[in-house]
Amino acid sequence: MPIARAFATRLVTTLITLFGVAVIVFVVIRVVPGNPIAMMLPPGATEADIARLQALYGFDKSIPEQFWIWISNVIQGDFGTSITLRQPVFGLVLGRLPATLELSVLALVIAVVLGGAAALTATLYRGTKVEGSVDVAGGVALSLPDFLWGLALILLFGVVWPLFHISGRISPSLGFEFSSLFYLFEALARLRFDVVADLLAHMLMPALALAIPLAAIILQLLKQSLKECMHDDYITLARTKGYSETSIILRDALPNAVLPTLTLIGVQFTFLIGGTVIIERLFSYEGLGNMAIDAVINRDLPLIQGIVLGFALLFTLVNLLVDMTYAALNPRLRHA
Amino acid sequence: MHDARGHVRRLPGLRLWLSGGWLTLLVLAAVFAPLISPHDPLAQDLFAGRLPPFWETGADPAYLLGTDSLGRDVLSRMLYGGRLALIVALVAGTLTCLIGATLGLIAGFYRGWADLAISRLVDIWMAFPPVLFAILLIAVLGTGLMSVIIAIVVIDWTRFARVVRAEAMGQGAMDYVASARVAGRTRFGTALAEILPNVLPTIVALLTLEMGIAVIVEAILSFVNLSISTDQPTWGGMIAEGRSSIYQAWWVLVFPLFALFLTVLSFSQFGEGLKEHFDPVLR
Amino acid sequence: MSFLQIQDLTVRLRNGPPLLRRVSLGVEAGDVRALVGESGAGKSMIGKAVLGILPRAAEVSEGRILLEGEDLQTLSPKARRQRIGAKVALIPQDPLTALNPSRRVGPQITDRLVDILGWKRPAAEARALELLEEVHIQEPGRVMKAYPHELSGGMRQRVLIASAFAAEPKLIIADEPTTALDVTVQKQILKLIREMQQRHGTALLFVTHDLGVVSKIAQSLTVLYAGKVVEDTAVRSFFAGPSHAYSRALLAATPRYTDPDGSLTPVPDSVVAEVNREIAAFDVTMKEGGQP
Repeated sequence: MPIARAFATRLVTTLITLFGVAVIVFVVIRVVPGNPIAMMLPPGATEADIARLQALYGFDKSIPEQFWIWISNVIQGDFGTSITLRQPVFGLVLGRLPATLELSVLALVIAVVLGGAAALTATLYRGTKVEGSVDVAGGVALSLPDFLWGLALILLFGVVWPLFHISGRISPSLGFEFSSLFYLFEALARLRFDVVADLLAHMLMPALALAIPLAAIILQLLKQSLKECMHDDYITLARTKGYSETSIILRDALPNAVLPTLTLIGVQFTFLIGGTVIIERLFSYEGLGNMAIDAVINRDLPLIQGIVLGFALLFTLVNLLVDMTYAALNPRLRHA
Repeated sequence: MHDARGHVRRLPGLRLWLSGGWLTLLVLAAVFAPLISPHDPLAQDLFAGRLPPFWETGADPAYLLGTDSLGRDVLSRMLYGGRLALIVALVAGTLTCLIGATLGLIAGFYRGWADLAISRLVDIWMAFPPVLFAILLIAVLGTGLMSVIIAIVVIDWTRFARVVRAEAMGQGAMDYVASARVAGRTRFGTALAEILPNVLPTIVALLTLEMGIAVIVEAILSFVNLSISTDQPTWGGMIAEGRSSIYQAWWVLVFPLFALFLTVLSFSQFGEGLKEHFDPVLR
Repeated sequence: MSFLQIQDLTVRLRNGPPLLRRVSLGVEAGDVRALVGESGAGKSMIGKAVLGILPRAAEVSEGRILLEGEDLQTLSPKARRQRIGAKVALIPQDPLTALNPSRRVGPQITDRLVDILGWKRPAAEARALELLEEVHIQEPGRVMKAYPHELSGGMRQRVLIASAFAAEPKLIIADEPTTALDVTVQKQILKLIREMQQRHGTALLFVTHDLGVVSKIAQSLTVLYAGKVVEDTAVRSFFAGPSHAYSRALLAATPRYTDPDGSLTPVPDSVVAEVNREIAAFDVTMKEGGQP
């Protein structure tokens, strides 16, 4: 079955990529001039203390040896212990992952809705000023990165018209007991819409900042794809049957236009996830990205490694998901 | 005016003029900063803290755009911040372009396992969240202008490599390359002479885009206090300060943000405008 | 009154040369009219003008298109769409591109019935199955559920034919429906179209460049050259001896299977020149706004 085989090939390339990432992070960090161990101990520490702590974290061994130890631990599920937070890295990463995942998915949904609607509008009004303005808006949105949009949004909706919160994930005053770390999902599932509203009031700004550049790309790609589809013969035939232009675009062109856009969007989504690092910091959102910045500044090696691997895994999962969705949606591949 | 399909085209060059205009302004401001800057950007005056811009009540006309929490002049700091932005843009942008394009050319033209190695490297590289990678590199290399430039080059070379590789592979199959080889040029000579001119418009557009990206990366790094090691003002640093005092002194955030906006937008629009202008197909 | 009456239809490229020059033709109810001409003569353009699917670059500058006496040009776009959707259907040229690759075949036959004409789905599906049997498709149930790429070119054209007859239209425009098919399949499809037309009593405007096809299916014939009607007659009298020089040359140019080694006689330059002069003169009268 071709889907199974494609899946397997993808899995192998994923593993190779993850391995490469692990190697790079590992080597890059250990080229460090400073000594993270020394930073952990009080100034009066003796050489013996330093040496003991070094041995504890395995820094006295050679780099390939350290890597081998780390990899074998990782395979068994042991990602080491964070130097600054003194907790197992696995738990820390897993603790922050749901927040970042929710934020990214919300951003994706917003981007698809915005970009999709814009592309459809531009196609419906193609050749007119409406299309021109949509293009200009898209161009501007594309030129500016999520960081700048985040700041602009903070100004606009945090200060000028204070509609939304500009920091944190949830208002502490709410006093809601969550059983999982997927706050938004859980609140929705438990039908607590007051909690959902509060969560969204916090998440909307960072998600929007992340979404705008992606929406611009979706707009460009989908619009191009739609325009090409509109020249196809089955579209002309549909017109003779009596369908209106809007109907034709939505019913006939869109399903065909979506497929080629899908894989490209998947790649762009991984960039979006990367953007969470700075956006979370900007909005003081307690996710993986925010933790990452502190980990790096404090040279917390095990934590850095864990987080980078976490991100890399997220990226590859997204790519996998996109490939599978593409295979599932394309009728030609389904029946091959 | 109408093109062949009857669509209305914008005035060609409008975006070139606007973006070029801002960039020229930026260059002038940066070059002449020491001369035109009304105050010393590092001079603090705690009695003049958080003064609003000149059109607001309670402003001091000596500080046109206001002051920050430590009484430092926003306008002067912006001018000096512009210097840094420009240096980073030009140096980092050009270096990234050179290194990335060269690697891409090698991969696309020579193919074989040079291509395999470089392509795999690009894939792995792209699995890294860029901002995280940048911060990581700074943590490793230490802060400072050189580190920032190196970090930008290291993260973003893949952008050029991919595009140039694709172009080299496509163009490499063209007859004129083959005929140049028959005429006796060396392989690399052929690569440079025949492929490069055709890739040039794309590279130019990417180069200006890269400059904009370089400015952003520096701004992000200075936002998390990981950029240059001196107290020279940076737009990112100003934005970080502005973010924390946003309710009391919005101007500390708004002006550098605005400058950043315009600069990044101008870089990318300038590149697009140039590309449109020189692309023989579009003409 | 003809079911379809086209009067002095002139179609131009926007601010450009004319593609159709005051074309007049009529299709009677239940009749089959062939529309013949070389490539670029404008035959497809006539069908497109009637159906309302002219390319964006072209527009109707003069003339009327009367469907059952009603001028389509005077209708609102929505009303026109609905009129066409209910009464006219198209059999397109290329079966490989005329079906939506992402949708199953069944809905592409029933969609007009359900969405535009308000039929209930079960009734529409039953009708689709009937039609698929009429066009001699084995296992119509399986074909309904199939995707276009699972069917051969010939089968897809049958599906398109079935789809055209679905709403029992009064007029079908067939735009060179056999051109894109294999020679072996062409004959079958032609036979099928004739069969369906006779059974349903639908008027048919059959566009083609092949005179051989005309004799097999049509009763009336219009010959087009450079967007201008050059001959309009009954098929029988045409083959007995056409009146216009161009038509005669066209007939003479048809290759004969009875004389496989004979050389082809293209339309002579003198005839082409003569027709071109005719066209030029016509253009002058059109420009001066003169009524012919």
